[in-house]
Amino acid sequence: MPATLAPAPAPVSFQTHPDRYRHWKLTFDGDLARLEMSVQPDGLNEGYELKLNSYDLGVDIELADAIQRVVFEHPEVRCVVLTGGLDRVFCAGANIHMLGASTHAFKVNFCKFTNETRLYIEDASKHSGKRFLAALNGTASGGGYELALACDKILLVDDRSSAVSFPELPLLGVLPGTGGLTRIADKRKIRRDRNDVFSSVAEGIKGKRAVQWDLVDRLAPLSRWDEAVAEMAAELAEEVPSEAKTGVALDAIGGDWDEDTLRYQYIELRLDRAARNAALELKLPADAGPKNGAEAHAAGSDWWVFRAFRELDDAVLRLRVNHPDIGLVTLRVVGDPGVVSATDALLATDEHWFVVEVRNQIRRVLKRYELSAKSLYAVADEGTAFVGSMLELALASDRIYLLNDADAPVQMGVTSANSGMYPMANGLSRLETRFLGDEAAVPRILEHRLDQGGALLDADTADELGLATFAPDELDWEDELRLAIEERASFSPDALTGMEANLRFAGPETMETKIFGRLSAWQNWIFQRPNAVGPNGALKCYGTPQRPDFNYDRT
Amino acid sequence: MSSIDYEQKIPNNVDLKSDKKLQRALEKWLPDYVQWWKDMGPTDFNEKDVYLRTAVSVERDGWADFGYVKMPDYRWGIFLTPNEKDRVVGFGDHMGTDAWQQVPGEYRNMLRRIIVTQADTEPASVEQQRLLGHTAPSIYDMRNLFQVNVEEGRHLWAMVYLLHAFFGRDGREEADDLLERRSGNPDHPRILGTFNEPCTDWLSFFCFTTYTDRDGKFQLLSLAESGFDPLARSCRFMLTEEAHHMFVGQTGLGRVIERTCELVNEHDGRDVRELGGIPLETIQRYINFWCSSSNDLFGGEISSNASNYFASGIKGRAYEEKLDADHRALEGHYEMDVLENGRLSKEEIPLRNAMNELLRDEYVSDNEKGIIYFNKIVERLGVDFRFALPHRRFNRKVGMYSEGWFDLSGKLISETEWIERVHEWLPSTEERAYVQSLMKPCLEPGKIAGWIAPPAKGIDGKPFEYEYVKL
Repeated sequence: MPATLAPAPAPVSFQTHPDRYRHWKLTFDGDLARLEMSVQPDGLNEGYELKLNSYDLGVDIELADAIQRVVFEHPEVRCVVLTGGLDRVFCAGANIHMLGASTHAFKVNFCKFTNETRLYIEDASKHSGKRFLAALNGTASGGGYELALACDKILLVDDRSSAVSFPELPLLGVLPGTGGLTRIADKRKIRRDRNDVFSSVAEGIKGKRAVQWDLVDRLAPLSRWDEAVAEMAAELAEEVPSEAKTGVALDAIGGDWDEDTLRYQYIELRLDRAARNAALELKLPADAGPKNGAEAHAAGSDWWVFRAFRELDDAVLRLRVNHPDIGLVTLRVVGDPGVVSATDALLATDEHWFVVEVRNQIRRVLKRYELSAKSLYAVADEGTAFVGSMLELALASDRIYLLNDADAPVQMGVTSANSGMYPMANGLSRLETRFLGDEAAVPRILEHRLDQGGALLDADTADELGLATFAPDELDWEDELRLAIEERASFSPDALTGMEANLRFAGPETMETKIFGRLSAWQNWIFQRPNAVGPNGALKCYGTPQRPDFNYDRT
Repeated sequence: MSSIDYEQKIPNNVDLKSDKKLQRALEKWLPDYVQWWKDMGPTDFNEKDVYLRTAVSVERDGWADFGYVKMPDYRWGIFLTPNEKDRVVGFGDHMGTDAWQQVPGEYRNMLRRIIVTQADTEPASVEQQRLLGHTAPSIYDMRNLFQVNVEEGRHLWAMVYLLHAFFGRDGREEADDLLERRSGNPDHPRILGTFNEPCTDWLSFFCFTTYTDRDGKFQLLSLAESGFDPLARSCRFMLTEEAHHMFVGQTGLGRVIERTCELVNEHDGRDVRELGGIPLETIQRYINFWCSSSNDLFGGEISSNASNYFASGIKGRAYEEKLDADHRALEGHYEMDVLENGRLSKEEIPLRNAMNELLRDEYVSDNEKGIIYFNKIVERLGVDFRFALPHRRFNRKVGMYSEGWFDLSGKLISETEWIERVHEWLPSTEERAYVQSLMKPCLEPGKIAGWIAPPAKGIDGKPFEYEYVKL
């Protein structure tokens, strides 16, 4: 184990393609897809070796890409089998040496991304007509079992030695933090005392007891393994309808740096490194393009709204991982509000599978945006078009600054996209979450839906409706914004992240909010404690002859 | 947009005529301010012509333009000392970087708090003194009172200018609140305690202008060093006016002392109270009260706020620029008598945390000079009495010394001793009633009340008999 942290890693790219996968093999057979994990020893960074199908961020970027490919490029797929490509090994979870050598910030972002990817598996199951089978051909420990838990069903090989396990607590002094504790409790709804036992037994539970305790769904002997996997996959596929659909190729979205500006087709991200903030701008096209599902499908990757949100997704990920020092993002959406309302009308009403998937994609990107540990200010000044799906971006931000100037009128607008099309992690729409304490507010706003005869909202009306945090006039505008930005940059980044994470998700708890709000917060606390990362902490001692030396005081 | 001719109405050197933001803010605030003056200023004298000094520019001859004016028509101007080219932050963590011409977002709230606190004292003192005109010992003194009042009003303007020009909507709201709080009001009092103390007699007024306005002087001196340039320049200009207020206080107290000494000499052995004078012991007790109360205004002895203000470059030491010292103040210590477990012991306090105490040191030493001036009067008139400055630990309500009981020399005493002896040190109710009983107006030009001596000379080269206020 290296004594010092690895040197600053090279910028991480989140774009890949199955042709370039190093750790996964994605194959298709009719309505079945097979996603086989065979992790190569050299990972994204130096200083660790990915043994026994343990993973790092690079492995998970490929997994996330594969899920996207299955959803968009292979709509015919009804069941995806996740399995291990190494003999008698499914997956050993996140690589411990990689965690030990990473900065705290990187660890947190890594865990967040892997959590999002696990949720995308569940999202595809719930919204995209896919079923996922975890075919555990060998032991699934830690993050490996957490990955299995994200699937609809778990099949475990019954070879009298392979087990599912959470060794984090007993061996590493941390938590199964990639949704593991949440999913055994809230998804599989296993009894609390059994979860307690399971989570403290390093070698895990195998065979019949694993089925009895509902840790896995079924066992299959080695001799019948392939048939059993095929049978179970076929059963799962039957749960979803089969339709003839033609996929849409996901072309590369680019994104090139020109000094401090990252440019895509619709998104531009300008960094002000000295001020530690970034200006994110989404430029709408001049024309809304497709008028129905078929046209959208024909446009495919080039449908502007699809591309714009894929670009936004990529920009957000790069900001998170490659630019930890950027604390505040100011967001503007500029262009013709009519383009958004026309596109929203299509998104809201057309049930073409591709339109539905784009809608799902936008929902996921919005969540990724608001789950970022950056302060987010939406800036609605002259030329902006915070309407419908774009208004969601503003509502996903921590504050909305709206210019109220008769000579430079700013208009906002609501569409059906704001009435629950993109629920947040808490299951509510952003408007419902914003106005939890005022039941009448949401219907009052939705009265103005553009697709239901409403009109754009001028600054006064938008402010009265509660859509602006502050609506300074032209005399105050520049100063108010400057001061708000400078002030934000001066606060403790840790306290800001904590505050934002607490304020963004008012309302009910869901498995998702528990994963990000509770499990992750505890994990990130433990990640900072000497019992995990101190010189004699469990994470540091793992794999060395030394035993961890705990401070036994309970906090 | 405006119906007010700002240039005519408001003398300024901040280019008010082309600053729409400022005009818009003032347009709303100005009528409220005038209303506040009418309600809470020297109300009954608003229709009288007063011989006042008005600042009309920052030039040498511009800051003291004398003439008769009705107070509500006083031209409250907005003046900053001229821009100093390439000024840099002179202390703290930002030392050497360009002074801020705009509020840095990072320090917005801190700066606003400082400016509001300073601003709040200005209208407060007008409110505290609003009835004194009725009992003026001469129209010369009455005129001085009103001069102080209008200048406190102008200082409010100077601070409100900063709030309006640099703090957006928050600043406008704070400026409105400055007119909402009232000295001594149980529901919305002024921010600092001293500014809620009643000031209903002229002895208190002279003490106030000597001791409380001198606190103002040192607060202004430390803010005049601020890295936020507009604040520094505002305060530098205000200091010229503050000096006059202390002149009023210092000479006022001197004239009361002088009169008492005369009475003592003329009527050897008699109680001056029988002669309508104020005993020197009473004057000493008034000094004890106002000086100790004003000591509180400097804040806690060990203060992390003060340290933050200094570190941020917002509030320096008095004369920071001229000080031959480490302007970062990171290394040094301040040896302080710390009160702990009922005992005083020497402790080394990091310099930055002792900034309030350093400023208080300057204040105390300035006050010592005032005492010397009083004692010279007593000495000259051959009276066997000497004034003394109460120790900074005496009668404190703010800071660590408020946790204990201290006598005039700063010696730690028991609460019992305090209760037994407090009447020796602070004015009693009877004593206050006596002073109050002397407060009868004497408003004929050239005449003066029996408890105070006339001044050595008049204002602006005019004689004492001049009709400073046309009643």
